[in-house]
Amino acid sequence: MAAVRDETATARTIVIDVPGWPGHLAGQHVDVRLTAEDGYSAERSYSIASAPPDGQARSQTVELTVQRLPDGEVSPYLTQTLQVGYPLELRGPIGGWFVWDPDGPAAAAPVLLVAGGSGVVPLMAMIRERAAVGSHTPFRLIYSVRDPTALLYGDELVRRERAGDGLEVRYVYTRTAPAGSGQPTGRINAALIASAGWPPEESPAMFACGPTGFVEAAADLLVRGGQNPGAIKTERFGPTGGKA
Amino acid sequence: MSDYMDGNMLGGTLGELFSMDVTSATVTCVSCGASWAIAQTRVYPHAPGMVARCPTCDAVLLRLVRGPDRAWLDLRGVTCLQLAMPGA
Repeated sequence: MAAVRDETATARTIVIDVPGWPGHLAGQHVDVRLTAEDGYSAERSYSIASAPPDGQARSQTVELTVQRLPDGEVSPYLTQTLQVGYPLELRGPIGGWFVWDPDGPAAAAPVLLVAGGSGVVPLMAMIRERAAVGSHTPFRLIYSVRDPTALLYGDELVRRERAGDGLEVRYVYTRTAPAGSGQPTGRINAALIASAGWPPEESPAMFACGPTGFVEAAADLLVRGGQNPGAIKTERFGPTGGKA
Repeated sequence: MSDYMDGNMLGGTLGELFSMDVTSATVTCVSCGASWAIAQTRVYPHAPGMVARCPTCDAVLLRLVRGPDRAWLDLRGVTCLQLAMPGA
Protein backbone atom coordinates (compact mmCIF):
# COMPACT_ATOMS: atom_id res chain seq x y z
CA MET A 1 0.00 0.00 0.00
CA ALA A 2 1.42 3.35 -1.08
CA ALA A 3 -0.91 5.87 0.56
CA VAL A 4 -4.18 6.25 2.38
CA ARG A 5 -6.97 8.87 2.44
CA ASP A 6 -9.86 8.96 4.86
CA GLU A 7 -13.10 9.67 2.96
CA THR A 8 -15.59 9.52 5.85
CA ALA A 9 -15.51 8.30 9.45
CA THR A 10 -15.93 4.74 8.21
CA ALA A 11 -14.55 4.72 4.68
CA ARG A 12 -10.99 4.97 3.49
CA THR A 13 -9.30 5.09 0.11
CA ILE A 14 -6.21 2.97 -0.14
CA VAL A 15 -3.73 3.62 -2.91
CA ILE A 16 -1.90 0.50 -3.97
CA ASP A 17 1.24 0.39 -6.03
CA VAL A 18 0.93 -2.66 -8.29
CA PRO A 19 4.06 -3.47 -10.28
CA GLY A 20 3.07 -4.59 -13.75
CA TRP A 21 -0.55 -3.46 -13.45
CA PRO A 22 -1.99 -4.01 -16.95
CA GLY A 23 -4.50 -1.13 -16.71
CA HIS A 24 -8.24 -1.42 -16.26
CA LEU A 25 -11.62 -0.16 -17.42
CA ALA A 26 -13.80 2.11 -15.29
CA GLY A 27 -16.21 -0.10 -13.36
CA GLN A 28 -13.94 -3.10 -12.91
CA HIS A 29 -13.03 -4.56 -9.54
CA VAL A 30 -10.24 -6.48 -7.87
CA ASP A 31 -10.33 -9.38 -5.44
CA VAL A 32 -8.32 -8.72 -2.29
CA ARG A 33 -7.11 -11.73 -0.33
CA LEU A 34 -5.89 -11.63 3.24
CA THR A 35 -4.12 -14.65 4.69
CA ALA A 36 -3.54 -15.11 8.40
CA GLU A 37 -0.42 -16.68 9.85
CA ASP A 38 -2.30 -19.93 10.43
CA GLY A 39 -3.17 -20.12 6.73
CA TYR A 40 -6.81 -19.02 7.04
CA SER A 41 -7.65 -16.72 4.20
CA ALA A 42 -10.56 -14.49 3.24
CA GLU A 43 -11.22 -12.87 -0.11
CA ARG A 44 -13.45 -9.91 -0.98
CA SER A 45 -14.18 -7.93 -4.11
CA TYR A 46 -13.60 -4.17 -4.13
CA SER A 47 -14.41 -1.79 -6.93
CA ILE A 48 -11.59 0.27 -8.34
CA ALA A 49 -12.21 3.98 -7.63
CA SER A 50 -9.48 5.46 -9.77
CA ALA A 51 -9.59 6.13 -13.48
CA PRO A 52 -7.53 3.79 -15.60
CA PRO A 53 -3.89 4.79 -15.75
CA ASP A 54 -2.93 7.12 -18.57
CA GLY A 55 0.56 5.80 -19.06
CA GLN A 56 2.07 8.57 -16.96
CA ALA A 57 3.92 8.34 -13.69
CA ARG A 58 0.93 7.03 -11.77
CA SER A 59 0.42 4.18 -14.15
CA GLN A 60 0.96 1.46 -11.59
CA THR A 61 -1.36 2.69 -8.88
CA VAL A 62 -4.86 1.48 -8.18
CA GLU A 63 -7.20 3.13 -5.69
CA LEU A 64 -9.87 1.27 -3.75
CA THR A 65 -12.38 2.93 -1.46
CA VAL A 66 -13.35 0.55 1.31
CA GLN A 67 -16.38 1.00 3.54
CA ARG A 68 -15.84 -0.50 6.97
CA LEU A 69 -18.50 -3.05 7.87
CA PRO A 70 -19.08 -3.49 11.63
CA ASP A 71 -18.92 -7.28 11.45
CA GLY A 72 -16.62 -7.45 8.47
CA GLU A 73 -13.73 -9.88 8.22
CA VAL A 74 -11.68 -7.95 5.71
CA SER A 75 -12.83 -4.32 5.68
CA PRO A 76 -11.78 -3.51 9.29
CA TYR A 77 -8.27 -4.65 8.48
CA LEU A 78 -8.13 -2.60 5.29
CA THR A 79 -9.56 0.54 6.90
CA GLN A 80 -7.93 0.43 10.33
CA THR A 81 -4.93 -1.88 10.54
CA LEU A 82 -3.27 -1.70 7.15
CA GLN A 83 -0.30 0.67 7.10
CA VAL A 84 1.56 2.28 4.23
CA GLY A 85 4.17 -0.17 3.03
CA TYR A 86 2.25 -3.33 3.96
CA PRO A 87 1.85 -5.82 1.13
CA LEU A 88 -1.56 -6.84 -0.21
CA GLU A 89 -2.55 -9.76 -2.41
CA LEU A 90 -4.70 -8.58 -5.35
CA ARG A 91 -6.28 -10.31 -8.33
CA GLY A 92 -7.56 -8.28 -11.22
CA PRO A 93 -8.71 -6.27 -12.99
CA ILE A 94 -11.93 -8.29 -13.11
CA GLY A 95 -15.15 -7.86 -15.08
CA GLY A 96 -15.95 -6.74 -18.60
CA TRP A 97 -19.71 -6.20 -18.32
CA PHE A 98 -20.18 -3.47 -15.71
CA VAL A 99 -17.78 -1.06 -17.43
CA TRP A 100 -17.90 2.28 -19.18
CA ASP A 101 -15.37 2.39 -22.01
CA PRO A 102 -14.77 5.81 -23.61
CA ASP A 103 -13.43 4.00 -26.68
CA GLY A 104 -16.35 1.56 -26.86
CA PRO A 105 -19.19 1.58 -29.39
CA ALA A 106 -21.67 3.20 -26.93
CA ALA A 107 -19.29 5.89 -25.67
CA ALA A 108 -21.33 8.80 -27.06
CA ALA A 109 -24.64 7.76 -25.46
CA PRO A 110 -25.62 9.87 -22.46
CA VAL A 111 -24.96 8.09 -19.18
CA LEU A 112 -27.05 7.76 -16.05
CA LEU A 113 -25.29 6.55 -12.93
CA VAL A 114 -27.38 5.50 -9.93
CA ALA A 115 -25.45 4.98 -6.69
CA GLY A 116 -26.62 3.61 -3.39
CA GLY A 117 -24.13 4.38 -0.59
CA SER A 118 -20.68 3.05 -1.34
CA GLY A 119 -22.01 1.80 -4.67
CA VAL A 120 -20.75 5.16 -5.91
CA VAL A 121 -17.18 3.81 -6.02
CA PRO A 122 -17.12 2.16 -9.48
CA LEU A 123 -19.33 4.98 -10.82
CA MET A 124 -16.76 7.50 -9.57
CA ALA A 125 -14.15 5.65 -11.61
CA MET A 126 -16.36 6.29 -14.66
CA ILE A 127 -16.70 10.00 -13.80
CA ARG A 128 -12.94 10.29 -13.32
CA GLU A 129 -12.28 8.40 -16.55
CA ARG A 130 -14.63 10.72 -18.44
CA ALA A 131 -12.66 13.72 -17.16
CA ALA A 132 -9.28 12.08 -17.72
CA VAL A 133 -9.92 11.41 -21.41
CA GLY A 134 -11.66 14.77 -22.00
CA SER A 135 -14.94 13.10 -22.97
CA HIS A 136 -17.97 15.34 -23.47
CA THR A 137 -20.47 12.52 -23.05
CA PRO A 138 -23.20 13.92 -20.76
CA PHE A 139 -23.21 12.17 -17.37
CA ARG A 140 -25.89 12.33 -14.72
CA LEU A 141 -25.37 10.83 -11.27
CA ILE A 142 -28.15 10.09 -8.81
CA TYR A 143 -26.43 9.48 -5.48
CA SER A 144 -28.51 8.10 -2.63
CA VAL A 145 -26.82 8.30 0.72
CA ARG A 146 -27.87 8.06 4.37
CA ASP A 147 -26.78 11.56 5.41
CA PRO A 148 -24.17 14.18 4.43
CA THR A 149 -21.47 12.64 6.65
CA ALA A 150 -21.66 9.43 4.62
CA LEU A 151 -21.00 11.15 1.28
CA LEU A 152 -17.98 9.79 -0.53
CA TYR A 153 -16.01 12.18 -2.76
CA GLY A 154 -18.31 15.06 -1.76
CA ASP A 155 -15.89 17.90 -2.49
CA GLU A 156 -14.65 16.32 -5.69
CA LEU A 157 -18.17 15.85 -7.03
CA VAL A 158 -18.99 19.50 -6.33
CA ARG A 159 -15.82 20.61 -8.08
CA ARG A 160 -16.39 18.38 -11.09
CA GLU A 161 -20.01 19.46 -11.42
CA ARG A 162 -19.02 23.15 -11.21
CA ALA A 163 -16.61 22.61 -14.10
CA GLY A 164 -19.77 22.79 -16.19
CA ASP A 165 -18.71 20.27 -18.78
CA GLY A 166 -21.72 18.00 -18.70
CA LEU A 167 -21.73 16.29 -15.31
CA GLU A 168 -24.85 16.76 -13.18
CA VAL A 169 -25.35 15.28 -9.72
CA ARG A 170 -28.59 14.81 -7.82
CA TYR A 171 -28.30 13.86 -4.15
CA VAL A 172 -30.92 11.83 -2.32
CA TYR A 173 -30.69 11.69 1.46
CA THR A 174 -32.49 8.76 3.03
CA ARG A 175 -32.26 9.82 6.69
CA THR A 176 -30.85 13.33 7.15
CA ALA A 177 -30.52 16.08 4.58
CA PRO A 178 -27.86 18.81 4.88
CA ALA A 179 -28.74 21.29 7.63
CA GLY A 180 -30.60 24.31 6.28
CA SER A 181 -31.07 22.79 2.83
CA GLY A 182 -34.78 22.29 3.32
CA GLN A 183 -34.40 19.20 1.15
CA PRO A 184 -36.78 16.40 2.04
CA THR A 185 -35.42 13.00 2.93
CA GLY A 186 -36.59 9.90 1.15
CA ARG A 187 -35.73 7.19 -1.28
CA ILE A 188 -35.33 7.17 -5.02
CA ASN A 189 -38.70 7.08 -6.76
CA ALA A 190 -40.24 7.32 -10.22
CA ALA A 191 -40.51 11.11 -10.24
CA LEU A 192 -36.89 11.53 -9.22
CA ILE A 193 -35.63 9.03 -11.78
CA ALA A 194 -37.65 10.85 -14.44
CA SER A 195 -36.43 14.33 -13.52
CA ALA A 196 -32.79 13.55 -12.73
CA GLY A 197 -32.27 10.85 -15.36
CA TRP A 198 -32.63 10.80 -19.14
CA PRO A 199 -35.76 10.29 -21.21
CA PRO A 200 -35.81 6.88 -22.94
CA GLU A 201 -35.66 8.59 -26.38
CA GLU A 202 -32.09 9.64 -25.58
CA SER A 203 -31.11 5.95 -25.43
CA PRO A 204 -28.94 6.38 -22.34
CA ALA A 205 -26.49 3.87 -20.97
CA MET A 206 -27.37 3.18 -17.33
CA PHE A 207 -25.29 1.84 -14.47
CA ALA A 208 -26.71 1.13 -11.00
CA CYS A 209 -24.57 -0.02 -8.09
CA GLY A 210 -25.34 -0.46 -4.42
CA PRO A 211 -26.85 -2.91 -1.97
CA THR A 212 -29.01 -5.56 -3.62
CA GLY A 213 -32.34 -4.06 -2.52
CA PHE A 214 -31.36 -0.61 -3.78
CA VAL A 215 -30.21 -1.92 -7.15
CA GLU A 216 -33.40 -3.95 -7.63
CA ALA A 217 -35.47 -0.84 -6.86
CA ALA A 218 -33.43 1.36 -9.20
CA ALA A 219 -33.56 -1.11 -12.10
CA ASP A 220 -37.29 -1.61 -11.60
CA LEU A 221 -37.95 2.15 -11.62
CA LEU A 222 -35.92 2.58 -14.79
CA VAL A 223 -37.75 -0.20 -16.62
CA ARG A 224 -41.14 1.11 -15.50
CA GLY A 225 -40.03 4.54 -16.72
CA GLY A 226 -39.73 3.12 -20.21
CA GLN A 227 -36.00 2.49 -20.37
CA ASN A 228 -34.55 -0.36 -22.39
CA PRO A 229 -33.74 -3.16 -19.91
CA GLY A 230 -30.81 -4.20 -22.09
CA ALA A 231 -29.12 -0.83 -21.50
CA ILE A 232 -29.27 -1.12 -17.70
CA LYS A 233 -26.18 -2.60 -16.09
CA THR A 234 -26.22 -3.47 -12.43
CA GLU A 235 -23.77 -4.45 -9.75
CA ARG A 236 -24.98 -5.55 -6.34
CA PHE A 237 -23.23 -6.06 -3.08
CA GLY A 238 -24.61 -7.76 -0.02
CA PRO A 239 -24.31 -6.85 3.64
CA THR A 240 -21.38 -9.24 3.94
CA GLY A 241 -18.60 -10.18 1.65
CA GLY A 242 -19.54 -7.78 -1.08
CA LYS A 243 -18.08 -5.05 -3.12
CA ALA A 244 -17.92 -1.84 -1.21
CA MET B 1 -35.20 -11.90 -0.13
CA SER B 2 -32.17 -9.84 -0.98
CA ASP B 3 -29.40 -12.01 0.45
CA TYR B 4 -27.97 -12.56 -3.01
CA MET B 5 -25.38 -10.69 -4.98
CA ASP B 6 -24.70 -11.00 -8.69
CA GLY B 7 -22.47 -12.64 -11.23
CA ASN B 8 -20.01 -9.75 -11.33
CA MET B 9 -18.46 -11.43 -8.29
CA LEU B 10 -17.82 -14.66 -10.22
CA GLY B 11 -15.38 -12.86 -12.52
CA GLY B 12 -12.29 -13.46 -10.41
CA THR B 13 -12.60 -17.22 -10.06
CA LEU B 14 -14.02 -17.78 -13.56
CA GLY B 15 -11.16 -15.69 -14.86
CA GLU B 16 -8.78 -18.34 -13.54
CA LEU B 17 -10.61 -20.98 -15.61
CA PHE B 18 -11.27 -19.09 -18.84
CA SER B 19 -8.92 -17.10 -21.01
CA MET B 20 -11.34 -14.16 -21.34
CA ASP B 21 -13.81 -12.19 -19.24
CA VAL B 22 -16.82 -14.38 -18.61
CA THR B 23 -19.05 -11.90 -16.74
CA SER B 24 -20.22 -10.55 -20.11
CA ALA B 25 -20.80 -14.05 -21.53
CA THR B 26 -24.43 -15.13 -21.94
CA VAL B 27 -25.95 -18.23 -20.35
CA THR B 28 -29.23 -19.82 -21.44
CA CYS B 29 -31.29 -21.39 -18.67
CA VAL B 30 -32.19 -25.10 -18.96
CA SER B 31 -35.32 -24.55 -16.93
CA CYS B 32 -37.00 -21.58 -18.63
CA GLY B 33 -34.91 -20.73 -21.69
CA ALA B 34 -34.14 -17.17 -20.66
CA SER B 35 -30.73 -15.74 -21.54
CA TRP B 36 -28.74 -13.54 -19.19
CA ALA B 37 -25.23 -12.21 -18.94
CA ILE B 38 -23.32 -14.04 -16.20
CA ALA B 39 -23.00 -10.63 -14.47
CA GLN B 40 -26.80 -10.43 -14.21
CA THR B 41 -27.35 -13.80 -12.54
CA ARG B 42 -28.26 -13.92 -8.86
CA VAL B 43 -25.35 -15.26 -6.88
CA TYR B 44 -25.71 -16.76 -3.43
CA PRO B 45 -22.22 -16.77 -1.94
CA HIS B 46 -23.03 -18.38 1.39
CA ALA B 47 -23.36 -21.97 0.21
CA PRO B 48 -20.14 -23.96 0.12
CA GLY B 49 -18.94 -22.28 -3.02
CA MET B 50 -21.05 -19.90 -5.07
CA VAL B 51 -24.43 -20.69 -6.61
CA ALA B 52 -25.77 -18.64 -9.55
CA ARG B 53 -29.51 -18.69 -10.14
CA CYS B 54 -31.63 -17.54 -13.09
CA PRO B 55 -33.17 -14.06 -12.51
CA THR B 56 -36.25 -15.18 -14.46
CA CYS B 57 -37.17 -18.52 -12.83
CA ASP B 58 -34.72 -18.89 -9.93
CA ALA B 59 -33.43 -22.27 -11.13
CA VAL B 60 -29.81 -23.09 -10.38
CA LEU B 61 -27.66 -22.20 -13.39
CA LEU B 62 -24.23 -23.06 -12.12
CA ARG B 63 -22.20 -23.80 -9.03
CA LEU B 64 -18.58 -22.82 -8.59
CA VAL B 65 -16.25 -24.06 -5.88
CA ARG B 66 -12.63 -23.06 -5.62
CA GLY B 67 -10.43 -25.16 -3.39
CA PRO B 68 -6.75 -24.68 -2.65
CA ASP B 69 -5.61 -26.93 -5.49
CA ARG B 70 -8.67 -27.44 -7.70
CA ALA B 71 -11.91 -25.89 -8.89
CA TRP B 72 -15.33 -27.41 -9.56
CA LEU B 73 -17.64 -25.82 -12.11
CA ASP B 74 -21.10 -27.42 -12.27
CA LEU B 75 -23.06 -26.04 -15.25
CA ARG B 76 -26.15 -28.17 -14.68
CA GLY B 77 -28.63 -25.38 -15.41
CA VAL B 78 -26.98 -23.94 -18.51
CA THR B 79 -27.85 -25.23 -21.97
CA CYS B 80 -25.48 -22.86 -23.71
CA LEU B 81 -22.65 -20.55 -22.76
CA GLN B 82 -22.11 -17.89 -25.40
CA LEU B 83 -18.82 -16.00 -25.42
CA ALA B 84 -17.97 -13.02 -27.60
CA MET B 85 -14.75 -13.81 -29.45
CA PRO B 86 -12.38 -11.32 -31.01
CA GLY B 87 -13.68 -10.70 -34.52
CA ALA B 88 -11.88 -11.62 -37.69
